[in-house]
Amino acid sequence: MHTLTTRRVELGVAATLALFSLYLMAKSAELPIGWVSGQGPGGGAFPFWLSAIMLLASLAVLARAWRGLTPPSRGEGAFIQVGSGPLLGAVVGSLVALLLAIHLVGVYVAIPLFLAFHLRVLGSHSWRLTATMMVATPVVLFLVFEVALKTMLPKGLTEPFFYPLYALFL
Amino acid sequence: MDILASLLDGFGTSLLPLNIAVMIAGVTVGMLIGALPGLGSVNGVAILLPLTFLVPPTSAMIFMAALYYGCMYGDAIASILLGIPGASSAVATTFDGRPMAMSGKAGVALTASAIASFTGGTVSIVLFTVLAPTLADAALAFGPAEEFALVLLAFTTFVALGGQDRFKTVIAICLGLVLSTVGLDMISGQPRLIFGDLPGFYHGISFLVLAIGIYGIGEMLNTIESTRNKVAMVQPRMTLGTVRETLREMRGSIGTLSQGSVLGFFVGTLPAAGATTASLMAYGVAKMTSRHPERFGKGEINGIVAPESANNAASTGSFLPMLTLGIPGSATTALLLGGMVLWGLQPGPMLFIEQPEFTWGLISSLYVSNVFAVIANLAFIPLFCYALRVPFTILAAVIFVLCVVGGYAPSSDMHDVWLMLGFGLAGFVLCRLDYPLAPMVLSMVLGPIMENALRQSLIAGQGTPSLFLERPIALTFILIAVLLFTLPAVKMALANRRPPAPALAEEKA
Repeated sequence: MHTLTTRRVELGVAATLALFSLYLMAKSAELPIGWVSGQGPGGGAFPFWLSAIMLLASLAVLARAWRGLTPPSRGEGAFIQVGSGPLLGAVVGSLVALLLAIHLVGVYVAIPLFLAFHLRVLGSHSWRLTATMMVATPVVLFLVFEVALKTMLPKGLTEPFFYPLYALFL
Repeated sequence: MDILASLLDGFGTSLLPLNIAVMIAGVTVGMLIGALPGLGSVNGVAILLPLTFLVPPTSAMIFMAALYYGCMYGDAIASILLGIPGASSAVATTFDGRPMAMSGKAGVALTASAIASFTGGTVSIVLFTVLAPTLADAALAFGPAEEFALVLLAFTTFVALGGQDRFKTVIAICLGLVLSTVGLDMISGQPRLIFGDLPGFYHGISFLVLAIGIYGIGEMLNTIESTRNKVAMVQPRMTLGTVRETLREMRGSIGTLSQGSVLGFFVGTLPAAGATTASLMAYGVAKMTSRHPERFGKGEINGIVAPESANNAASTGSFLPMLTLGIPGSATTALLLGGMVLWGLQPGPMLFIEQPEFTWGLISSLYVSNVFAVIANLAFIPLFCYALRVPFTILAAVIFVLCVVGGYAPSSDMHDVWLMLGFGLAGFVLCRLDYPLAPMVLSMVLGPIMENALRQSLIAGQGTPSLFLERPIALTFILIAVLLFTLPAVKMALANRRPPAPALAEEKA
């Protein structure tokens, strides 16, 4: 027996969307949602009424899902296929780790580590290929983004190591 | 004659060396992306849009159009060689493409698809060239009321004809529109919907963050989750003889070709329809009008010609409302429209007057890209076969890296990258539950246009919707929208009254 069936996820998501639209309505109402004389509709009006429509639609989906009228609400199988769960978890985890590492040590350390994990650990590719990608990707990223597009990518603690490169290229 | 002169001027732009280079790059990269199963034009455009700042706007747009085109050619490659559609718009190509490949005629199937794509593309570019200036002229009379009505009509088409759960489509549209209002309110200047008081929300949520999240991260997660069985790839043999043989076999296909092209173009111009619908419709029509309908599904060449001419024609057709009205009808064109804003252009009918170099450069580039695409498609078949063998573990890792860097670059804010990851995860779950994501991306791009148009119309009408009633074009659009919206609701109410819904009956059986 799976606990996370497609039906349960469908119901859960519809309920979450309904709650989220309530939150959006409340948040929009921080601005005037009615008519402001001389200005037209207030700044909150457009998102407020759209969130209200979204609330009604979410409740409709919830009701229909409860009665089994939407295809996913009849799905009693697992939402995530057995076997791909751990892989999916590893991938999502590696993405979160990648973003955290970018804050700390910057893209030029975080991305090679991310590639190493994906190619070597998840993909079981050769060290030669892994190492090539680990070196080539940051070089290409530097040339395209920092040199050509003049966009500074985040470097975290490693920023000082790039001063000579900036002097050379920028 | 005016059109011809403008078009010739356009070639002056599109035949510049830089533009020819981006066209060749665009069609080749597009074909690679199209050929990879699971990745289509919308993924390619979303992931590569941040890179287009390398070149001036006109070249950027020409690159994106060539990429879009290349994808439409490329997605047939996977359909034929792997039996897996390279993108949803090539689903119909698998019906006859795979059986043909299995019976040793992969080369003929690929060549037929290339020729059909070329014809579909060319016919619809000619239609486009003739219709675009007229439509843009007509659209010059549009004010905010018409603009609002048109956007409303586009959304209603998604709800009524999108083929997805209507309530889920409404949720997707509303969510996209609400998210597009995050940031500073354009009229009052007040900050709104600043979730958790995070400073990153003050600059709003870029459509690109949502698009890269959904079409980059979300799509990859989806592909990882759906188990990838080892698929048998058919190795095609390609020689000049194959081309001759294909041309011989296609002698009876002229009717199907023109049908597919014209149908594809007009279906492509409609919001919510697009290349997938067009190719499936063209396949159906070709089978219906064929003298040998029983051959379809078993390796009939017209079963490839029809969808391939239609999906290329539709991709060109979808440029029509985007370029002339400033209202895109599909997720891909919505991203291109968003890109135009990022590049500093003001989309809409005025483009034809204010930026003739851009519009006609783009239109003429479509002719040139199409020629490059058919040549590249036939010449680089071995390259695409090689690309299809690149292991997914490498591809996914590289795409994730591109998404993260591409999500960061436009705003230089890590906040947007986290948001992108969040959208990716949410998109993955929503996509699994049949929530349509294309309308969400579309509404994210159209949100600011729609809100401004609505508020301006209401202000002009002194707080009453009188403006919408006084302007015949706007009123017509709104009436059509209301009609489209209510018809299915009425039908559904009638269907629900009958007690045993077919779905429930199935479960009991």
